Amino acid sequence: MVVAVAEDSRGAEAARPWIEAANPTYWSLIDPSHRVAALYGMVNVPQAVWIDEAGVMVRPPETAGSTDHFRGMDLATRTLAPDAAKARIAARVAYMDAVRAWARTGAHALPGDAARAALPALNPDIAMAHAEFRLGVWLRNAGRPEEAAVALAEASRLHPDSWNMWRQAADLEQVGKSGGPEFWARVAALGERAYYPPPALPGF
Amino acid sequence: MTIVLTETDAFDFDARGAAEGLVLSAADAETAIGWTLKPEGMCRDDLCVPMPQSAGNVDVAAFWRKLGHPVASSGGVWSLGTGVAARQASLAGLQAPDFVLADLAGRSHRLSDLRGKKVFLSTWASW
Repeated sequence: MVVAVAEDSRGAEAARPWIEAANPTYWSLIDPSHRVAALYGMVNVPQAVWIDEAGVMVRPPETAGSTDHFRGMDLATRTLAPDAAKARIAARVAYMDAVRAWARTGAHALPGDAARAALPALNPDIAMAHAEFRLGVWLRNAGRPEEAAVALAEASRLHPDSWNMWRQAADLEQVGKSGGPEFWARVAALGERAYYPPPALPGF
Repeated sequence: MTIVLTETDAFDFDARGAAEGLVLSAADAETAIGWTLKPEGMCRDDLCVPMPQSAGNVDVAAFWRKLGHPVASSGGVWSLGTGVAARQASLAGLQAPDFVLADLAGRSHRLSDLRGKKVFLSTWASW
């Protein structure tokens, strides 16, 4: 069973065009306060968790098929070099193959110790960041954008690794800002660090 | 107006007194966080945590911080989060944290209702 969660603080109307285009038979849920990211320690989209029949996480949150090839994009034409474009698609296929193999045979499920070792690192600042983020989204929806901006900025300051928090706040401020010049500057500032850390699966 | 945000709900309460902090009646405190004010402190199941009280009111923000949880606030709106120790303990057990969210039609779905099936839980966003 697939459960798709839209981390969309603008709510169902922001997510609706994509969901209607996909016309899914699986659950497609809307998560305006990014509760799932808080519960699982997720920092970006797409991230996925594999959960077995007993409700046990057999792969904690990890990048779900996306890669850093986009960082080599020509921003003027918004295109990738052909080999990078091909590698990006190959990674997506490899990830989906791994998901299907797990669904059929249980392949790639991590034993408990390995799953535990792969859990996201949390700290008190991250916990506070999620409380600030929840506050900011509520204030925004209550028509208090100035206070919302303060809370959302504090969330990103406390949890700088969360692209979800930064990009959602940018989007709430102005649609499109989440992928604008400030986004690309933040990506460039990663240096050698990954935007989409590759999962430990075949093909990555 | 005093708004209390938990991870799943939003409540609109009357604050008690002019004091700083989130001073609520015992009944409102119990509604928001599920702990009951008793003479010995704030209690849930068999556990009581000593807590100052006056005239049947309690500072829920102070209590929440005492439990090790974060509290964020702005202009009468209080966001009660989950502390890092509780979150880590929940994840380290490897049981997938449960949640209820709505789909486009407003229908609620609970993750744990899928017990017995493998679940591929994936996030995305429009932004």
